[in-house]
Amino acid sequence: MDSFRDKIVPVTSILLGVVVVWYVFAVVLNAPFQRDLDRRANQTPGVVEFIGKTMSQPKPTLPAPHQVAVNFFENTFLRKVTSNRSLVYNAWVTLSSTLLGFAFGTALGIVIAVGIVHVATLDRSLMPWIIASQTIPILAVAPMIIVVLAAIGVTGLIPKALISTYLSFFPVAVGMVKGLRSPEITHLDLMHTYNASPSQTFWKLRVPASVPFLFTSMKVAVAASLVGAIVGELPTGAVAGIGAKLLAGAYYSQTIDIWSALVAGSVVAALLVMVVGIAGRIVDRAMGGRPA
Amino acid sequence: MTGTSPAVVSASKLGLTFQTSDGPVQALSNVDLTIGKGEFVSFIGPSGCGKTTLLRVIADLEKPTSGTISVNGMTPEQARQCRAYGYVFQAAALYPWRTIERNVALPLEIMGLSKAEQAARIKRTLDLVNLGGFEQKYPWQLSGGMQQRASIARALAFDADLLLMDEPFGALDEIVRDHLNQQLLELWERTNKTICFVTHSIPEAVYLSTRIIVMSPRPGRVSDVIESTLPKQRPLDIRETPEFLAIAARVRDGLRAGHSYED
Repeated sequence: MDSFRDKIVPVTSILLGVVVVWYVFAVVLNAPFQRDLDRRANQTPGVVEFIGKTMSQPKPTLPAPHQVAVNFFENTFLRKVTSNRSLVYNAWVTLSSTLLGFAFGTALGIVIAVGIVHVATLDRSLMPWIIASQTIPILAVAPMIIVVLAAIGVTGLIPKALISTYLSFFPVAVGMVKGLRSPEITHLDLMHTYNASPSQTFWKLRVPASVPFLFTSMKVAVAASLVGAIVGELPTGAVAGIGAKLLAGAYYSQTIDIWSALVAGSVVAALLVMVVGIAGRIVDRAMGGRPA
Repeated sequence: MTGTSPAVVSASKLGLTFQTSDGPVQALSNVDLTIGKGEFVSFIGPSGCGKTTLLRVIADLEKPTSGTISVNGMTPEQARQCRAYGYVFQAAALYPWRTIERNVALPLEIMGLSKAEQAARIKRTLDLVNLGGFEQKYPWQLSGGMQQRASIARALAFDADLLLMDEPFGALDEIVRDHLNQQLLELWERTNKTICFVTHSIPEAVYLSTRIIVMSPRPGRVSDVIESTLPKQRPLDIRETPEFLAIAARVRDGLRAGHSYED
């Protein structure tokens, strides 16, 4: 009951607001083209009829929410999942490279963070490069990664996953550097009084202390991975995936398809972040975390 | 040990100067000190007098910049490597992701003791601080006093002959503090450990110690050493006796002499 009042009500009110604004914009933006159509057909529809028409164009400038909803429903639930028009199928294609890239990125981020925390030289030399790497627009880098890897015979899932890796290692590296450095001075002094070896201090103190930081940064990283996978599908001429749907929609002005692919992408992102969040909470509980 | 049992801690002309951005700060200067086996020594003084720093030098958590110090006849570093002492911090410093039992086990794991030996020591030390039955609780489920008792158990499980305690009861309320003071005395009597105890409470220092070392700041130095004439058996109401009050008065005088209240 509390979660209903605290979460569902505010979120739903914002959603309703967005839908209303969306409808207004759909009518306004689709109106010029509709007026054009009506003039050529010598029709003079009433206001209500006109508004209805602006919301049912096959290739509208901005599709109305219900058009997107219908398209999304048809392509998600009414198609066989093996069909390449199925959003489930396309989402799965993108999801698989997202997950692979996320796994690579998390591993890479952790390795970099461990290096930075333990080797003073790396701390000074690596960090500026890591930050610089994220200032390069991924859209510029993605085609080069794809082309270069294709030239040496690597195609398919790996190049896309590598773009996800490129985006997702960064938050993990930054979060884990902070996490591995998070133990209090007294906790470190304690290890010192026990004459603990560096590896004992690492495994018994730094690693457990960094776990909350890991999950927080993984939430950011998994969303970045999805963006990476979608961007990775754009220059590959990929035949499947949410990115491919977006691109195909843009080619053929299938605006409704574009929007429903966007919705599919958002749903996948929300699910991924939720799964990471739940995993984080389970681990936190197992480590004696105080229930909130 | 040889016939003339060496001092547990022995310092001579010990000095430590911190280099800070505001220039050097003399935390310790010319400290001469000998602590024998089985003594309960309190260090008392206002903040900045170097009492915690002195304890940290003994524990090899700080390096002195002049003079010499030995712990069990070794350098503090060697003593630390031999795990010669248990250290209790101002805060309980329990690891929040470990249960009380696993917290006490931490030093034992690091020493590489067998599981059976660990279990035996955990049981013994938790019973010693009256925390039997709380093995599976996490630190946040315990009160501040219980947490500090757990951290004492952790230091005891180490089973070193020297116990270094840095204002362990400073953050606790008076009632809990009295109780823990009593328990600490009983424990000291039973285990015959040497205890170095930092405090800023005069009654606590007088109640617990066989010797009270009064320190004063700027530079941190020993300004008075007071041998306690109180018997080893000390019920709480010993604090009302004239003997107790006389020692407390002497400690207070020592603190006043070493400290200027002009500013």
